Amino acid sequence: MQMLGAVLGNLLGSLINLNGSGHYVHWGFIQISVANLVLIGLMVVVFVAAILIPFRRHGGGDQ
Amino acid sequence: MTVETDSDTDVPVDVSADLPEDAEQWTAKLRHAAVEALPPQRLMPDRQPAYVASWIYVFGVLTIAALAVVILTGMVLAIFGPTWWHVSSTGLFVNSLHLWSVEVFFFAMVVHLWGKFFMAAWRGRRRATWITGVVSFVVSVGAAFTGYLSQQNFDSQWISTQAKDGINSTGAGAIFNVTNFGQMLMWHIMLLPLAVVLLVGVHVLLVRRRGVVPPFAPPDQLGKGVEIAGPEATMTLGDEP
Repeated sequence: MQMLGAVLGNLLGSLINLNGSGHYVHWGFIQISVANLVLIGLMVVVFVAAILIPFRRHGGGDQ
Repeated sequence: MTVETDSDTDVPVDVSADLPEDAEQWTAKLRHAAVEALPPQRLMPDRQPAYVASWIYVFGVLTIAALAVVILTGMVLAIFGPTWWHVSSTGLFVNSLHLWSVEVFFFAMVVHLWGKFFMAAWRGRRRATWITGVVSFVVSVGAAFTGYLSQQNFDSQWISTQAKDGINSTGAGAIFNVTNFGQMLMWHIMLLPLAVVLLVGVHVLLVRRRGVVPPFAPPDQLGKGVEIAGPEATMTLGDEP
């Protein structure tokens, strides 16, 4: 279990390096961290997916 | 009129009946008003309108689920204290659960907000539902902010020293001192969670009272008199408030 945790930790660590200072995007007077920008992008993706992906319905259920 | 009462408690057997001499009491009036506003079938319905079968309607309850985890993990952190959540592996785990459930809470709440904004969820006498949602969002930001100030690490020091000038420029610094750890902790674990839970509770009761907002009508159904939504907020597809 400890071994698995270490492997997963190393795997994630190799994907995203969280050491050191954060990365920022500058656009005129707008400054935002890449992490926050990614999160906002994810929210937009989830929002669009929630509208487009059909909701599986059980029989009946209508009011 | 005689009212049948329980022989042990003297309370009417029929819950909707009052003893004539009690009908004018504030408890009876309040009970009647509450049951009239939210009869049990509306408070805990078995079915939802057909249009609720969409993923965009999931994010409100997802926000509440995340809030439940936030509150529960926060209670565990309060029981064992900072030395536990900073040092022990279980404490660090619960501390992380507290942080990440907050992330899920805000993520789901923002998607919920977008969904409700673009379907103009204040339609059909649902203004109070919308307003309580907006205020819950703002108060939640305050709760999260004071949480970041309560971490007791370099991050919280950085945030407090960066925030103090902004807060002081509004004048609020006189009574809300972000560098006062004790004060911020009390706001975070007492006042703001209480406010968030109360606001979310009122918000959910209003959703139950007015019904879940229907989507906008497709163009071919505008003005055709198709009625949807609950009894308190029945509206015709395409109607505006």
